[in-house]
Amino acid sequence: MTATLIFLALLMGAVVWWLLRQTFNVKPWVASAPSGAQQGVGFLAPPKVALGVLLAVITSLFALFVSAYSIRMELSDWRPLPEPGLLWFNTAILFVGSLGLQWAWRGAAREQWAAIRTGLVIGGGCALAFMAGQLIVWQGLVASGYLVASNPANSFFYVLTGLHVLHLLGGLVALARTSGHAKAGALVKTRLGVELCAVYWHFLFVVWLILFGLMLST
Amino acid sequence: MAQVAHDAVTDADLRPFEVAEEPLYHPKTFIGKYIWSQDAKVIAIQYGITAIGIGLVALVLSILMRLQLGFPESFSLIDPANYLQFVTMHGMIMVIYLLTALFLGGFGNYLIPLMCGARDMVFPYVNMVSYWVYLAAVLILVASFFVPGGPTGAGWTLYPPQAVIGGTPGTGAGIILMLISLCVFIIGFTMGGLNYVVTVLQARTRGMTLMRLPLTVWGIFMATVLALLAFPALFVSCIMMILDRLIGTSFFMPAMLAAGEQTAYDGGSPILFQHLFWFFGHPEVYIVALPAFGIVSDVLATHARKNIFGYRMMVWAIVAIGALSFIVWAHHMYVSGMNPYFGFFFATTTLIIAVPTAIKVYNWVLTLWRGNIQLTVPMLFAIGFIFTFINGGLTGLFLGNVTVDLPLSDTYFVVAHFHMVMAVSPVLVVFGAIYHWYPKMTGRMFDETLGKIHFWMTFLGTYAIYYPMHYLGFEGVPRRYYAYGETAFMSDSAQDLNAAISIAAIIVALAQLIFIYNVIKSLFSGKEAGHNPWKATTLEWQTPHTPPRHGNFDEDELPSVYRWAYDYGVPGAEQDFIPQNVPSEEMAAARGQGETKAES
Repeated sequence: MTATLIFLALLMGAVVWWLLRQTFNVKPWVASAPSGAQQGVGFLAPPKVALGVLLAVITSLFALFVSAYSIRMELSDWRPLPEPGLLWFNTAILFVGSLGLQWAWRGAAREQWAAIRTGLVIGGGCALAFMAGQLIVWQGLVASGYLVASNPANSFFYVLTGLHVLHLLGGLVALARTSGHAKAGALVKTRLGVELCAVYWHFLFVVWLILFGLMLST
Repeated sequence: MAQVAHDAVTDADLRPFEVAEEPLYHPKTFIGKYIWSQDAKVIAIQYGITAIGIGLVALVLSILMRLQLGFPESFSLIDPANYLQFVTMHGMIMVIYLLTALFLGGFGNYLIPLMCGARDMVFPYVNMVSYWVYLAAVLILVASFFVPGGPTGAGWTLYPPQAVIGGTPGTGAGIILMLISLCVFIIGFTMGGLNYVVTVLQARTRGMTLMRLPLTVWGIFMATVLALLAFPALFVSCIMMILDRLIGTSFFMPAMLAAGEQTAYDGGSPILFQHLFWFFGHPEVYIVALPAFGIVSDVLATHARKNIFGYRMMVWAIVAIGALSFIVWAHHMYVSGMNPYFGFFFATTTLIIAVPTAIKVYNWVLTLWRGNIQLTVPMLFAIGFIFTFINGGLTGLFLGNVTVDLPLSDTYFVVAHFHMVMAVSPVLVVFGAIYHWYPKMTGRMFDETLGKIHFWMTFLGTYAIYYPMHYLGFEGVPRRYYAYGETAFMSDSAQDLNAAISIAAIIVALAQLIFIYNVIKSLFSGKEAGHNPWKATTLEWQTPHTPPRHGNFDEDELPSVYRWAYDYGVPGAEQDFIPQNVPSEEMAAARGQGETKAES
């Protein structure tokens, strides 16, 4: 459970620190007229805060899987499976998708519609290509006899990659909505959507790096 | 006292939101208003009715269990398999589908926007979907009663390998439906939870600083944070167990013989499941307890006409309990054969978490001290909670110590402990909260006499049920047994005691009918409650309409908040309380001149 505990300790540390900062030197029993700065916290758009919270939840999910992985692999029946070279290619594709959305984000800040559209297409296209790549990897492994139930290392490989792809699919739904806004030329909504998608893509890329690194090293 | 000068605030001083607020969606049809509703208050009531409905099923299951235990061999329709299924479903429904859903989905939805001074949750549509996904989870769970083999009988902890392997009741479709239902519940909860957290963080009205939030909101907020981070552990274990059960992976399933034959499983770790389960399971205790703590604080302050003692300490205690609750989980696993140093660590953390919890208890008692205590029905339940929680908490100190836990593990002492601390205590708060906010939700008062009868029957009755169980536990009577027969360790009186417990349980269960009758009857014939029958300070009592309409507050302007939620018994004030949205006269006068001075 070390991985999970480290993640939670960091997160809880941040939460407690933030809360203490907000609450330490305050005298709640003193009445005063509201000042403008008190409304909301930093005036972030609620969807951005929501994405932050969602990423914490997803991190918790993957951290727990990583913990389970490291506990289970200590047992004697664990036999690592080969990592197909295609996974390196898929990693690169996912990285390009992340770059694409970063480009779209930059474009959105400067109201450059061409950059937004190209970036969105690159992000979405790379995500689809990544998923197709993962599917090919699975087929290859199944064909070589690495079935999901034949060894816990295999089981974890399929579960972790599958779960990662599912999260990417969820991201594609958001990306499709943002593309709709971009098509309609709604700048405010597009700007927010592109930013959220870009952050989510970067996040899933980092999650993939951690999972891939874990599977490579064991 | 500090004198803080504030400049008058004009709209120009306010930084605009990054994204313009979307106008509230106003439905026109009955279905849009009450079925596919996006109003948090309607969603709250939907959550409440569903949770209480499925909770009644679990109550009936517990009565069936008590009939068997009190009067063995008298009820032929309960066989050992049924008994285990009742135990399992009773536990799971009560903990997850009733208490978690009711506190967070029910009270969270109703109270967070109102108490923060918001028009609604920040994502009303997601909020609506959250309820319907929860309903789907409940229906999947209920469906498991009707599949061949029935629901799972693995105990609410669903420990493998016995949850999966033949011999345990409900290892067919029952366990699969249970696991799927839990996954669906967690997805639905995450949608709701995002809403609760972001609403508290971003949608508070002007002047509602974090340290002016009522403790109810603090409790629900921290419980939601815990749930968002802890439920993934249950999700992970459910997914892995579904795979073990359906496609034969060996995440948790060890090599074993079943009915004399070698199973296909090999090398899995049942202990891994226990770690994951309790990594969720212990924070779950506080997911249920923290909202109860918060609600009780507000009910006590309001009905004792006194400010809550040590508000800041109460807030920090909530945060500390939340953070600590993630490092005590293995105290549920002392008998799993863990390293003694591990046991020592978890016993220590368990005792440490008792410190902030005890601070809260002292502060509740000190709030009552020399208060103007009004023994209203909500207040009775709140005081009843303090008693019950102390009782249950103290037995927790016994069980938190490894050496005491080992002989008491899996006996009725444990059953008595957790029912006192996380079943009866939160349920008393649920009742207190419903009686407290009923006038706001419906615009009518409940019948006070019936409420008091309900309280005394429930409060005394639960003691009649659970006190004797401690004694049974000391005798070594094991839990989860269908029947005891002749044993060397059980005294003859133990069986009489079991019969008495069962009779008390039936009486308490029947007493709940009084509550349901009261709630329904008062809806039609209760006397008009007015806007603020309890003379409370928090914003939900200051709405222009009772019950509050969609949008909660005045159509043009949200309330501004000038003070904390605990200005009761203020010296020199016109009434003995000042609502949060009322500026003091000096402040209002100064504001009129363009300059505002705060008073202490």
